[in-house]
Amino acid sequence: MSNILELSHVVKAYQTTLAVDDVSFDMPKGSIFGLLGPNGAGKTSLIRIITSITRADSGRVLIDGIPLNIDHPEIIGYMPEERGLYKKMKVGEHLIYLARLKGLSATDANKAIDYWMDKFAIRDWWNKRVEELSKGMQQKIQFIATVIHKPKLIILDEPFSGLDPINSNLIKDEIHQLRNEGASIIFSTHRMEQVEEICERIVLINRGKNVLEGNVTDLRQERKKNLFSYEFTGELSSSLLEGQKIEEQGPGRIILHFPEEHLSNQFLSRLIQSGVYVRDFTEILPSLNEIFIRTVEEQGMTIDQPSNREA
Amino acid sequence: MSKLWLIIQREYLSRVQKKSFVLTTLLTPLAFLVFFIFVGFIMSYEGDEARKIAVIDESDMMRKAIKDDATIFFSFPKESLDSLKAKTLREEYNGVLVIPPLSDIQTTEHTVQYYSDNQLSLDAESAIKDALSARLREYKIATLELDPKVVESLRTKVRIDPMPIADETQELSSMRTAIGAGIGFIMGIMMYLGVFIYGMMIMRSVMEEKTNRIVEVMISTIRPFQLMMGKIIGVGAVGLTQFLVWIILIPLISILVNLIFGFDTTQMQGAGAAAQQIDPDDMQSMIAMAMQELGQIEWWIIVPLFLVFFLLGYLLYASLFAAVGSAVGDDIADSQSLTLPISIPVLIAFYIMMVSVRSPHSTLAVWASIFPLFSPIVMPARLAFDVPWWQIALSVVLLAATVVFFVWISARIYRVGILMYGKKVTVKELGKWLFYKD
Repeated sequence: MSNILELSHVVKAYQTTLAVDDVSFDMPKGSIFGLLGPNGAGKTSLIRIITSITRADSGRVLIDGIPLNIDHPEIIGYMPEERGLYKKMKVGEHLIYLARLKGLSATDANKAIDYWMDKFAIRDWWNKRVEELSKGMQQKIQFIATVIHKPKLIILDEPFSGLDPINSNLIKDEIHQLRNEGASIIFSTHRMEQVEEICERIVLINRGKNVLEGNVTDLRQERKKNLFSYEFTGELSSSLLEGQKIEEQGPGRIILHFPEEHLSNQFLSRLIQSGVYVRDFTEILPSLNEIFIRTVEEQGMTIDQPSNREA
Repeated sequence: MSKLWLIIQREYLSRVQKKSFVLTTLLTPLAFLVFFIFVGFIMSYEGDEARKIAVIDESDMMRKAIKDDATIFFSFPKESLDSLKAKTLREEYNGVLVIPPLSDIQTTEHTVQYYSDNQLSLDAESAIKDALSARLREYKIATLELDPKVVESLRTKVRIDPMPIADETQELSSMRTAIGAGIGFIMGIMMYLGVFIYGMMIMRSVMEEKTNRIVEVMISTIRPFQLMMGKIIGVGAVGLTQFLVWIILIPLISILVNLIFGFDTTQMQGAGAAAQQIDPDDMQSMIAMAMQELGQIEWWIIVPLFLVFFLLGYLLYASLFAAVGSAVGDDIADSQSLTLPISIPVLIAFYIMMVSVRSPHSTLAVWASIFPLFSPIVMPARLAFDVPWWQIALSVVLLAATVVFFVWISARIYRVGILMYGKKVTVKELGKWLFYKD
């Protein structure tokens, strides 16, 4: 599979800080990709380079195999973390305006807006002024504006901040559908738990540096500690736990560490044989958060944020 | 290019379609008119309080000269000054005017007394003085047995008729100077107001975009320079629209008002100087001359040149206002300290413009109309006075070069400013932004 985005040795320095420090990664076409890191790690600086808002000092950015050029903004849809709309404009006019700036004709823009308004059941908002909408409603409009021109690459910076769970799920569903239609999506967030289940691949950024990159499942599998959790109803006999390494124990729940993976299944069958009713059996994989912290520590870096943060 | 066009369209339409725009555009000429009518009314206000003045005419020669008018009634009671004073205290009269006889036929000063605890109004005072003076003149002419025609011939009005030396220039009348000054003043004021009103409009709009964070979405689609220029051109078009509407509406409304109320603007002008009598025939011929002069002014040169200076001057200052707007975001206090350096040259230019209208070929006027920061306001004020072509050409070239330079500077500041939040901005800081990389 070819890559929608390839970064090699990208560097961007601001006056007092090195915001992006030699970052390289590839993003496969049609993937949902997580750009993760704490606040101030350089995620937004990196995105601004990809979206042509700023230029990298050095390094190479390829989009769909072509070096970044002035036509690229039209195939990118970007929803910034700090997002706004013209408050006095009517919703319909606003969407047409943004769509046409992205290169759609007036007719195509109208069609696309019709499609999305029907989809979100917000057709009656057309003539409302943006300032009449609630913040959550405005975010829906911003999302539509981001994807209206069917971009090949969609970049969402902290897309769920300020969204209620219903709208978050709505956006998640749309993202999956867009991916199925062929778009590639970058999620940028510092809330790593939010993207564990959505992203297939991630890049972890800390202090402008790329600290870890890979497939989410692989990363978690590689770093797992053979911890297994059992939830059950009944009494555990002490003989059962003899010789086991207990990580954590509570009423109806126990977490064990095994020297080898397959031992967890042996314990499970003994547990069932002992007459205890097992409700749940899971392997505990490290969260992205844990992986991030561990990786940073292993590399001898600190996580604290650079003092001069570019907004 | 088409994206720039989209931005211009939005900036233009979003303003022109606003109710507030329609209202200010339509109501401003009306407000002006109401203002002028009001001023005219105040100027012609003579006081509605009727005054009764007792006159003691010791030489008995003023009775014919002093006439009642709408608010002052004169009477000539045969009573002593003391009894009249007493009556004045009882408010039967408002005052007592004592006119002593002329002491000496040769005197050039004559003092009369007015007894009252209230002052005469300025209008009444000058009316009395003029009447007495005219009567005394008549009396002196008669007493000295002079021929009134001979005396009249002593008064010689002097007029200066400017005559050009070069052949190709057409003959100038003195009226031309006055009209040129008027046109220059109006154009200078329009420039001044245009720069401030629309410059501020741009600054506010940039500040708003930055504050509500639409700007990041915008510049992921278009270059900051396109966004800035789109805004400047769009707002400039709004300004031209407004001017155009006013240019059509103001004469239209004044004609309408004239028709409906029979309101005469010439009367209004004359009203201020109550004593000054203007012969209606004189007035008529003056208007005719003025119309002729207006017709002779080379509009086809002045109007396009005015537009050139307006557009260049607007671009110059609008881009600076855009840069300031991008730098400050929502901080009004910051914006004030940064607009000050921009406002100072505009204000200086405005004052030079007022002087230039009176002496359009003075050294100050000439050089100020060539210096690019002042020329957009000063040069239009001189255009009606046959400015040498080399001065106009030099002024336009310098101004255009400065515009390019300032737009470039502003674009550099703007591109950094719109993405910069939470930083205290100073002029020095702006200077650094010029050298930031993209």
